[in-house]
Amino acid sequence: MKTASKEVSAVSLVQEALEKAHRYQDDYRIFTWINDAAIERAKEIDARIANGEGVGCLAGVPFAIKDNFLCPAGETTASALILNGFTSPVTATAVKRLEAEGAIVIGRTNLDAFAHGSSTENSYYGPTKNSKDLGRVAGGSSGGSAVAVALGIVPFATGTDTGGSIRQPASFNGVYGIKPTYGTISRYGVVAMTSSLDCVGFFAKDAADLDLLMQVCAGRDSYDMTTLPDYYGQEPVKDGTKKIGIIKDFDNDAVAPEIRDALKRKVELLQNKGHEIIELEMPALKYALAAYYIITPAEVSSNLSRHDGIRYGYRSEKSEHLGELYENTRGEGFMPENKRRIMIGNFVLSSGFYDAYYLKAAKARTLIIKEYNKAFAQCDFILTPVSPNPAFKLGEKVNDPVAMYLEDVMSVSLNLAGVPGLTIPAGQTAEGLDLGLQLVGPRRSDQGLIKFATEMEEA
Amino acid sequence: MTKYIPTIGIECHVQLCTKTKLFSEVDNDARGKEPNSCVSPVDYGLPGVLPRLNQEAIPFAVRAGLALNAEINLESRFDRKHYYYPDLPKGYQITQLFHPIIGAGYVVLPDGTQVRIEHAHLEEDAGKSTHESSYSLIDLNRAGTPLIEIVSMPDIHSAEHARDYTKELWRVMTYAGVTFGDLYNGNMRFDVNISIAPEDSDKLGTKTEIKNLNSFRSVERVVAYEIKRQTKLLEQGETIQQETRGWNDATGETTGQRTKEGAADYRYMPEPDIPPIRLAADIVEQERANLPKMPAWYREHFAEVLPQDLIEVLLDYPQLMQKLAELEDSNAIKKVANLFSSVLLAEENTSLLNDELPSKAQLFDLVTMNAKNELSSTATKEVFLKFFDPEMHYKDTRTIAKELGVVQENDLGALEAIVDTVLAKPETQQAQADYKAGQEKVLGFLVGQVMKESKGKANPSAVQDILKAKLRA
Repeated sequence: MKTASKEVSAVSLVQEALEKAHRYQDDYRIFTWINDAAIERAKEIDARIANGEGVGCLAGVPFAIKDNFLCPAGETTASALILNGFTSPVTATAVKRLEAEGAIVIGRTNLDAFAHGSSTENSYYGPTKNSKDLGRVAGGSSGGSAVAVALGIVPFATGTDTGGSIRQPASFNGVYGIKPTYGTISRYGVVAMTSSLDCVGFFAKDAADLDLLMQVCAGRDSYDMTTLPDYYGQEPVKDGTKKIGIIKDFDNDAVAPEIRDALKRKVELLQNKGHEIIELEMPALKYALAAYYIITPAEVSSNLSRHDGIRYGYRSEKSEHLGELYENTRGEGFMPENKRRIMIGNFVLSSGFYDAYYLKAAKARTLIIKEYNKAFAQCDFILTPVSPNPAFKLGEKVNDPVAMYLEDVMSVSLNLAGVPGLTIPAGQTAEGLDLGLQLVGPRRSDQGLIKFATEMEEA
Repeated sequence: MTKYIPTIGIECHVQLCTKTKLFSEVDNDARGKEPNSCVSPVDYGLPGVLPRLNQEAIPFAVRAGLALNAEINLESRFDRKHYYYPDLPKGYQITQLFHPIIGAGYVVLPDGTQVRIEHAHLEEDAGKSTHESSYSLIDLNRAGTPLIEIVSMPDIHSAEHARDYTKELWRVMTYAGVTFGDLYNGNMRFDVNISIAPEDSDKLGTKTEIKNLNSFRSVERVVAYEIKRQTKLLEQGETIQQETRGWNDATGETTGQRTKEGAADYRYMPEPDIPPIRLAADIVEQERANLPKMPAWYREHFAEVLPQDLIEVLLDYPQLMQKLAELEDSNAIKKVANLFSSVLLAEENTSLLNDELPSKAQLFDLVTMNAKNELSSTATKEVFLKFFDPEMHYKDTRTIAKELGVVQENDLGALEAIVDTVLAKPETQQAQADYKAGQEKVLGFLVGQVMKESKGKANPSAVQDILKAKLRA
């Protein structure tokens, strides 16, 4: 990506990004907030360059943050009314690390409220539109970030991926997106959805950029006890031919033919380059979606408890007593999908049901972890579709929660297992819709995964 | 008439005196600070922020467990307990339900009764609500303070034992040094569960719970009241409702608050933001080796030297027990223990308990001078109090006694000379005659005259002996 230098000013990079952001905003509804003050930060960087002072490896690079990242610039809304007016005093660790290298936040991007969804339609601010077709969804929940990169507004954007929220919108918009190994990038300062599954990751135009962003952001953070010790960029990545697994069960009629064809084409290319393809049986993955939609609502109902209208954000003023204040604030402040997940979560955690649902889902999760361990004993990486379909039409699934949840059927198992996944663009449909495939690796293989994706770019 | 046996279990919350809170780095000691001035983004429940386990709390918990004679679990985990209240910022409390850090243990009461501990766990405190007529005030300074919750087995069967148990917990926790133990400020709070059942029944009765008591006295009163109330209900053929009841200290009554049906479902869930605590066995052994002496040790140590009731009085003050244990001589221990109870614990002197105690040498010299009649018992107390005087406390006992001019003259030759001087005085002649005539009570007058002549330094009993001998002659 282009960084600021004596030849290219940070101001020009930021100005161009802001100009595009404003130009596309009305049609695509990409941002919840555009940071016009970013120019001031760009001027500071240019001054440093002019004075010959050191600048970071992302000097003057404009970027967008999904609007569930906390930082004092603008309001953090998570695209929900209930955070209305909330300005954070803290900055997310990932944003801090990017800013320390000279990158500049030019806006906050739209998402499904609290990242609940697969289309960015569940946003209080309205849906973000697909970069190739204004009548279709951007994917989600990080739809705004994916479209911001796809339209070339910014060279990269942050996202969060709990069940596919980076990989699926990346594939819907023809860009690269990485969900790292769980615990690689700090979750500190990121509005929690499912704490045990949430991963911070990025959208970019190519795999090399993802590598750079990972170098900057990965690593232990004392503010997030679940971060792994530093490993990214510290372990050698082996070259040479690889064994690539493909999952037999994912090649079925529920998957769009264009996606099955795209996978076949990539497989042939890989074989031509000397890589070995093996077929995997991973029967435990059929429990992934069910386990995910128990564990996620459970943690969601817990994590969203803090939004009570007492200390920050939206408060319904028409309440007579405390119970009403809670009911009205939460009733008005959350989106329907938020409420659905809170109710399911409260149900599965309630006494008498915990063992039957939550504990059982936790056991299914253990099975899935074992299944991946077994698979990676046989192959280096796995190549699968990201989702069963390319971008669907706006409104097509938004009133059918189960159809919407099925969008996640191929992506959620990675989060349950904590393994990294990467979306690689894989051509377009006849109508010009983007297709993407998902490359999956064992835990902590993130750099090898990115390196292999670079190789596939050339393929 | 049926005799009913009460069964009582007690949960006790102990605030740990760590420097910072359990999951954030702000000051844990909010005494005298402005409301909401010790609050981090974590304690405030901002979205996106994560708890950071205060590593200092772990040895505190281990020490508390060892003080309870409990097993320490080398792996423990945190869970979330959910309920909505404005002083609970996250909408859940981080606690340990499934895998507590402290396993089964026991506490021995002064009369030897053993109360088993089911387990004890680490958790965070909530904030504080103050309700006014049309609004409520929330202070989050306390939110996130580390607590140990100690859960007893239902081994208590009387109001007195309930009181003794809570008091013993308070002693054990303060001796272990894990809490300030300030009950008035809520450093320890008790939830009491109580049921009664006919003597011959093998089943427990329906229990009621009274929460948030903060004194031993109120625990005792609550239990006595509930035993009476529940007995009366059963005798009238009524049933006990399982419920939470509130205690009114002013009226001395409990009233129903919430029945079982209305009880909250806490929707417990493993805490995903905090990895399990894994303890190395040698850390536990290190804490065991460094554990201060417990009340039980002192009871045994002084059993042959001090009366039991005096031991129990002094046990409320760990520093006094430590000081007594330093004095190895049993006579010295007896005398100093009496000084502690009669002087230091006298109402007007209790403020001195916050000061540094006299040194072992000062105390030993004091009781030695007293034993040698160099100090009268009044003078002994006088010198003892001077040990707490900032001008005096660094001086040795004899220097202080001399400066006060209270060292008694025991030299018989010198005393005889003074007696002779007094007996030669005209104003004593009448008294001498009276004494010889059999009026023994005038001896006091004569002793007084000698004391006056000696400027108070004469040993009065020696003077008396000399006078008697001389007047008999």
